[in-house]
Amino acid sequence: MHLIACPWCGPRDEAEFSYGGEAHILRPEQPDALDDAAFANYLFMRGNPKGVHAERWVHTVGCRRWFNALRSTVTHEITAIYPMGTPRPDRAP
Amino acid sequence: MTAQSHRNPTGGRIDRARTLGFTFNGRYYEGHPGDTLASALLANGVHLVGRSFKYHRPRGIVGSGAEEPNALVQLGQGALTEPNVRATQAELHDGLAAASVNCWPGVRWDIGAINGLLGGLFPAGFYYKTFMWPARAWRAYEWFIRRAAGLGLAPREPDPERYDGTHAHCDVLVAGGGPAGLAAALAAGRAGGRVILADEQAEIGGSLLAGGGTIDGRPARAWLDDATAELAGMAEVRVLPRATVFGYYDHNYLGIAERLADHLPPAERAGRARQRVWKVRAGRVVLATGAIERPLVFDGNDRPGVMLATAAQAYANRWAVRVGDRAVVVTNNDSAYQTALDLSESGVAVALLADLRAEVPAALAQRLSRAGIEVAAGSAVVDAAGGTRVTSAEIRRLGADGTTLEGPARHVPCDVIAVSGGWSPAVHLFSQSGGRLRWDEAIAGFVPDISRQAEVSVGAARGTFDLAAALAEGARAGAAAAHAAGFGDGTATAPAANAREVIAPRPVWRVPSAGRGKAFVDIQNDVTAADIALAAREGYSAVEHLKRYTTTGMGTDQGKTSNVNALAILAHATGTAIPAVGTTTFRPPYTPVTFGALAGRTVGPLFDPARLTAMHPWHVQAGTRFEDVGQWKRPWYYPRGSETLHQAVARECRAVRTSLGIMDASTLGKIDIQGPDAAKLLDLVYTNAWGGLEVGRCRYGLMLKEDGMVFDDGVTARLGPQHFHMTTTTGGAARVMAWLEEWLQTERPHWRVYLTSVTTQWAVAAIAGPNARRLMAELCPNIALDAIDFPFMAWRDGTVAGIAARVFRVSFSGESAFEINVPSSQGMALWQALMTAGAKYDITPYGTEAMHVLRAEKGFVIVGQETDGTVTPGDLGMDWIVGKKKPDFVGRRGLARADCKRPDRKQLVGLLPQDPKEVLVEGAQIMADAAAPPPVPMEGHVTSSYWSATLSRSFALALLKGGRARHGQTVPVHAYGKTSWAQVTEPIFYDKEGEKLRG
Ligand SMILES: [Zn+2]
Repeated sequence: MHLIACPWCGPRDEAEFSYGGEAHILRPEQPDALDDAAFANYLFMRGNPKGVHAERWVHTVGCRRWFNALRSTVTHEITAIYPMGTPRPDRAP
Repeated sequence: MTAQSHRNPTGGRIDRARTLGFTFNGRYYEGHPGDTLASALLANGVHLVGRSFKYHRPRGIVGSGAEEPNALVQLGQGALTEPNVRATQAELHDGLAAASVNCWPGVRWDIGAINGLLGGLFPAGFYYKTFMWPARAWRAYEWFIRRAAGLGLAPREPDPERYDGTHAHCDVLVAGGGPAGLAAALAAGRAGGRVILADEQAEIGGSLLAGGGTIDGRPARAWLDDATAELAGMAEVRVLPRATVFGYYDHNYLGIAERLADHLPPAERAGRARQRVWKVRAGRVVLATGAIERPLVFDGNDRPGVMLATAAQAYANRWAVRVGDRAVVVTNNDSAYQTALDLSESGVAVALLADLRAEVPAALAQRLSRAGIEVAAGSAVVDAAGGTRVTSAEIRRLGADGTTLEGPARHVPCDVIAVSGGWSPAVHLFSQSGGRLRWDEAIAGFVPDISRQAEVSVGAARGTFDLAAALAEGARAGAAAAHAAGFGDGTATAPAANAREVIAPRPVWRVPSAGRGKAFVDIQNDVTAADIALAAREGYSAVEHLKRYTTTGMGTDQGKTSNVNALAILAHATGTAIPAVGTTTFRPPYTPVTFGALAGRTVGPLFDPARLTAMHPWHVQAGTRFEDVGQWKRPWYYPRGSETLHQAVARECRAVRTSLGIMDASTLGKIDIQGPDAAKLLDLVYTNAWGGLEVGRCRYGLMLKEDGMVFDDGVTARLGPQHFHMTTTTGGAARVMAWLEEWLQTERPHWRVYLTSVTTQWAVAAIAGPNARRLMAELCPNIALDAIDFPFMAWRDGTVAGIAARVFRVSFSGESAFEINVPSSQGMALWQALMTAGAKYDITPYGTEAMHVLRAEKGFVIVGQETDGTVTPGDLGMDWIVGKKKPDFVGRRGLARADCKRPDRKQLVGLLPQDPKEVLVEGAQIMADAAAPPPVPMEGHVTSSYWSATLSRSFALALLKGGRARHGQTVPVHAYGKTSWAQVTEPIFYDKEGEKLRG
C-alpha cells in the first residue's frame, strides 16, 4: 500500500487513488491527421521502464484531482509529485 | 490419564493453581494456564503428533514457536474448526480439542506408512514424474493424494466468529518483543515517540522467557517484568502481545494479526472479536524478529524426540517440562551448551553433548563436565534409531572436511536428541520490505544488508546473538527512530549484560551418512537431502526451480527451519558458493493469517454498502424482489400473490403497453454540468453535436472510448445556455463522472466546466403507457402536456402532485412516458401520490426485468449487455448518432480504422426462435454450421432474450457476424448441449415507427 502525497489533501493511502497510466502522452491535436500506426502508437503503446516512471494518479475518493508522479517501478519510491501539464522534473526541458 | 508425567513441580511461567483439561486425538490430558498445546502434550510425555506429508513417517514436536514444521493440529469442531494450527503457538484453554491433521486413519497405525517402505516411489519431483499421464487418470491420483496427504479440513459451515480490523499510525513500530525489541521500545518510548510493540507470543519477552542470564545486574526475567511494566505505563506506547507482524508492504505499511480470543474457551469468547488485523503506517520500523535455530541434517533426524535445542531448553525453563528422560545434545555452535545445562538441571539426564567442532568453548565445556555431561568434540549424531520415538543416537567422529566419518560408532540410548545447527536470522520482514540480504560467513546465515525502506534490524534478526550487543543495538535503534520523528536526542543508555566470547559455528550442511536412513531437510514437506541432490543432478540448480520441483520450503511453515539447509546442500551439489545460489523470495504472511481476520468486519451486509432509493421502503412493503445493480438495490419485479418471475413480468409489461406502469428510475446516474465550455465538453465526449440543442430540450448521446468502442449512453438535457443535466447508466455513473473529469483536467484544463454528481439529489419516478398523459394532466396543472407544447425529448419545470418537479419526456419502454424528478426527500410522497391517483388506471409498478423486456421489444440496447467493449455504434446500427461533420470527438479516429468498417463485424440483430415458446439462453453461441465437428466456428452470441407478453412469443437480441445482411436467415443457436434454431430479423419488434413514444 503506497503512501501518496496528494498535492491538495496530503499523504493518503493508495487505496484512495486510481492509477492513470503513463504520463505525458499527449492526445493529438488532429487525430484524423494520424495514420493507423501513429494513432495506435498514441492509443496503445506505453513505456515499461525498470526504474523511474512518470505516471498519472487521481485522488478518486478524495478531491478527484489528477496529478503526475515520478515513481520507481523497482522500489516503488515516489520521488516527485507535480501538476498535470508541467514537464518531468527530472529531465532538462 | 491425567498425571503430567513430565512436568516439574516448580519453575516455569505457568499457573499450577489452575488445571486445564483438553483432548488430543480423542484422549484426555491436563495442563496449566501459560501452556501451549505443545508444552502441555510434552508435559504428558506425548511427542508423537502426526504423520509426515509424503512418507507418513511418525513425527514429533520439533520447535517451540512459529518455526514448528510438524506439530500441525486441527483445533475445535464444526463451524469453529481450524486446520493446520501450530501446536507450539496454540495457547491451551480448558476444553480445547485438538487432533493431528495428517494421520489417516490413525496416528499409531497408519496405512500411509507403507509409503515409507516404498520410498523409491517418491523421489524429488514425484508429482511431476508420477502423476503426469494419462491426464484422465488425474482424478484417481487426486483422490489418493488428497486422502493421503492430509493437512487438515476446512470448516464446512460459515464462520460464526467475529473479526475486527483497525488502522494505526506510529512513529516507531517494533516487531518482536525479545531483548533487542524491548530495548528499542523502551528507548523510543522514553524519548516520547508514539510506539507500537508487537510480539507474536502471549507474553512479551522472546528469548528471555526461556533463557537465563542477567541484565542490569538482575536476573533477566526480573528485568523483563520491569521493562514490560514501564512500557505499560507510557501513554504513547502500545504493546500488542499475541500479535504477529505478518507483512511488510510498501512505504512502511505493515500488517499485524492480533489474536484476541483464541486463547479463551469458546464460551468465554461470546461478544468478543476473535482476531484483529492492524494496518499500520509507521514512521520507522525496528525489526527485532530474532533468529530461528536450524536442525542438523543427519539420517533419521525426523524421528519423534529429535527436536531443536532451544525448544528443549524453552520447554524446560518456561514450561517446567522435561522433554524426555535421557537426552543427547548435538550442536555446531556454542548455544546448545546452555541447553545441555538447563536440561540437566530440569531433571533430564544428558548423556552426551556432541560438538561438530574439534575446538570446543573451554569455559562452557568445563561447566558441562562439572555437571557430569560428556562433551564429544569433533563428533556428530549420524543416525537416530527408533520408531514412534527415538531410542538411541549413533555418534561418530567427523573427518576434517566434514564429509567423512572416522573411528568407531557409539550407540547412545536416549529418548531425546536436542539439535542445534546454527541460527538463521528471521529476515522475513526485512526481505518483504525489499531489503537485500548478505551471506555472513561468521554466523553461516543470511543477514540484512541494504535497506529499501525506513527500517533497521537489531539483535538476532541481524545476526547479533550476544545479549549485551543485542540490547545495545535495540536501544540505539529505538532512540534513533524516535529522534527521526522529532523525539529525544537520538541517544539512549542500553541495558547492560555480560558479553561472551563466541567460537564460530562449524557448518556441516549434510552430516555424512552412516549408510542407511533418510536425512530430512524440509520435515513438513518430506524433502530429503537426497531429493535435493537428485534435483540438482536433473538440472534444477536454480533455487526457485529447486523449490518448486522438490517442494522444499513450500509447506505452511514456508521453510523456516529448512530453507538455509536446502540452499547450502544445493550449493554443495552444484559446486557453487551459498551466496551465489541466493535465496527464494520471502512473501507475506510470516505465519498463516485467517481469512476471517483479513476480512475483518467487512462481511455480510457490511461487505459492500447498499444504496437505497427514496422509495425503497415502499418497494419492501410491496414484497418486491430486488436485484443488485452496482451497489444499488433495484426493484426487479413485484410479484402478486404466488406469481413467478415470468408471470409477474408478463403482467407488468402488459400494464405498460395497455394502460399505465410506474418505475423507480432514481438510480440513473446524474451529473450536473455547468460553465461556459459545458457544450464543448459534451461535443468532445459524445458522438453527436450538442451546440444546437435548445434550452428545454434533451438529446440521447453515446460515449465512446478512444478506440471507438461504446462506453456509456444516456440522455442529457439543456437546462440553460451553460448548464446541462446528464444522465448515465446506473452502473456507469461513477465511471462516466471520472471519465469527464479526466478529459477536463488532463486534456482540456483551460476549459471552464464544473461537474457535480447529483445522482442522489433527485428521486425519479417514470410513468409510462397510454394513460400516462391523462394521469399527468390530473396532477400537473402548470405544464402544458400535449405533444406539441411538450414534445418527446423535452423537459419542463412545474409541480406534480404539489411537489416541485422537473419532468422529462423520455421513454425507454417505447410508450408515451414522463420521468418525474423531484428532490429525494419528496420521492416517497411523489410515488404515493402517483399510486393513489393512478389507481383508476390500475397503475402497475414494474421492475428492471419488465423494463429490459420492454426496451428490447423496441431494440434499445443496454450498454454492458449488448456491448462488451468491442462494439462500435455501427455494430449497433446506430451510425445515425455519429456526427460525420464533427471535426473531433473521443473515439472518432478509432472508428476510422479499417477494422471498424469490416462488413463481417458482429452486428446487432433480432432473433425469433423457431419454437415461439422457447426463450433462448443469454450468452448462447450462434454457430456457423450445426453439423460441423468441434471446434465449431462461432459467429456470434445472444445478448438479451425474453418472453414477450406483447408479442405472445419469445424473442432475442444478438450480435452476429455480418448480421444486417442476414435478415431472414435461420441460424443454429447452441447452449448447454442443446441446439435451437432461430430466424434473424431486424432488431426491433414493437412500434417500428415510434408513434407510441412520440404520441
Ligand atoms: Zn486529494
